[in-house]
Amino acid sequence: MTDLTKLTMAEARDGLRKKSFTALELTDAFLAAIEKGNASLNAYVLATPEHARAQAKESDRRIAEGKARPLEGLPLGNKDLFCTKGIRTTACSKILDDFKPTYESTVGQNLWDAGAVMLGKLNNDEFAMGSSNETSAFGNVVSPWRRTGKDGKTSTDKLVPGGSSGGSSAAVAANLCLAATATDTGGSIRQPAALTGTVGMKPTYGRCSRWGIVAFASSLDQAGPIAKTVRDSAIMLKAMASHDPKDTTSVDAPVPDYEAVLGRGVKGLRVGIPKEYRVDGMSAEIQKLWDDGIAWLRSAGATIHEISLPHTKYALPAYYIVAPAECSSNLARYDGMRYGLRVNGDNLIDTYEKTRAAGFGKEVRRRILIGTYVLSAGYYDAYYLKAQKVRTLIKKDFDEAWNRVDVVLTPTTPSPAFAFGEKSGDPLAMYLEDIFTVTVNMAGLPGMSVPGGLSAQGTPLGLQLIGKPFDEETLFRTAQVIEDSAGRFPVPDAWWMKG
Amino acid sequence: MQVDEATVRRIARLARIKVSDEEAKGLEKELSGILDWVKQLDEVDTSAVEPMTRVVDQKLKMRDDVVTDGEIADQITANAPMSEDHFFVVPKVVE
Repeated sequence: MTDLTKLTMAEARDGLRKKSFTALELTDAFLAAIEKGNASLNAYVLATPEHARAQAKESDRRIAEGKARPLEGLPLGNKDLFCTKGIRTTACSKILDDFKPTYESTVGQNLWDAGAVMLGKLNNDEFAMGSSNETSAFGNVVSPWRRTGKDGKTSTDKLVPGGSSGGSSAAVAANLCLAATATDTGGSIRQPAALTGTVGMKPTYGRCSRWGIVAFASSLDQAGPIAKTVRDSAIMLKAMASHDPKDTTSVDAPVPDYEAVLGRGVKGLRVGIPKEYRVDGMSAEIQKLWDDGIAWLRSAGATIHEISLPHTKYALPAYYIVAPAECSSNLARYDGMRYGLRVNGDNLIDTYEKTRAAGFGKEVRRRILIGTYVLSAGYYDAYYLKAQKVRTLIKKDFDEAWNRVDVVLTPTTPSPAFAFGEKSGDPLAMYLEDIFTVTVNMAGLPGMSVPGGLSAQGTPLGLQLIGKPFDEETLFRTAQVIEDSAGRFPVPDAWWMKG
Repeated sequence: MQVDEATVRRIARLARIKVSDEEAKGLEKELSGILDWVKQLDEVDTSAVEPMTRVVDQKLKMRDDVVTDGEIADQITANAPMSEDHFFVVPKVVE
């Protein structure tokens, strides 16, 4: 039998419908791959085989009865930021300890109600704070990709899978699930997708409910999928998105059938190329990637227009005020009293302080402290209010651009995947990973990363598409043109399966 | 912006995070570096700009003021480090 884990989600869906294999066989194939391959990659922090097999059996029953739901029997990984009823959820932080939610996230519930199967919980940067998956309490996720030298020899240096959704990107690229849930606060879906040759879609703020997702920065956080193909990500988002009375920022708007628009092409579409993204020192390979993307869209009938987004350079510093401020506020709830870790001290305050010192990792502590500082008496106007004003200007840049163009094309990241430790010593160098992605969160827009080529060292590079609010459809059909032109980028050698 | 050790300690206290002497030293440098970097926002004239309050224009939603939840004390205390008879057990708060 063919290796079922190599199928795309759409292919697996077709195979199940045609009864070429059962949902249980499909699930077992992934569980076996996790069993064998996860030790090298550390993409899953918790596999849930019994849960998965029970769901798969239910799917087989429904398929036999002709009552298959849209994602019937399709095995997924679930980022450990999504609460799972009765199943440990930690945000990859020690402070949540052995937390077992008594409820399911709305996005998760939507997926299971659509018939999907959960294989387990995926690793991420602690509380989604990081760009390399090096801050997880469960340790680094290793990318399935490896660099190839000029001599053609493959290096065994361990590369980062991106972050914060590094477990999601690595698991999808390594065929340890068909697709995965992810979240994006400053680039945490798109950057890991770009670094692993997968497709990452961050929808418009409000498209997916945030209910039951561990909060990092509430005005920026948004859920979305990481998948193998543009089609798979369209299938996933359709199932994940919904209006939810439990999240007042979720939008009461119909969710389109994204899969239906994939073949529409880009004839007559106006594509904006923001000149501010041509940053100093942009490498030749990133420049070429961008030029290739422009050429593909142009030859498919789109028109190309240079645009200006003048406040681009201020998005990242403004983000590093807004995100830590909201993080310090959100993470105040972890006090060791009602759930999670408690480290007893001499008195109440001492217990709080010891609990939070022991429970939070270094990067999370750093961001809480920055956030506390910028919100503290006397500094609020100078930092937080200023940053929120700059945010208004960033959004206005895009509002004006939408008068001239329908979609914006940029690279997703300034460079390909790096090795562990290369950037972790310098917080500012790591923060620059988000330079092309963070504006999208600041303006609440949808953004998508699609593989566009390989670096000189044979590792993936991603192109980013940015769209108008709630116009994910244009992103999907444009992304499909890029995928059709660039091809797909599976990992050449499944070394992690060789024990 | 130079963040000194006293400021680090003050913020850490506000954030309820215990910081060792060694950590405080490192944090002085890191926080100063990050705050210096974000100060480039001062180049932007925001005198006539409203701060963003929401990224997507939408009306605040209203719902009927009725109880929609409750009677789930078991669930609420299920993950408590210490609980007794549906109460959270915490260190002494009032002297």
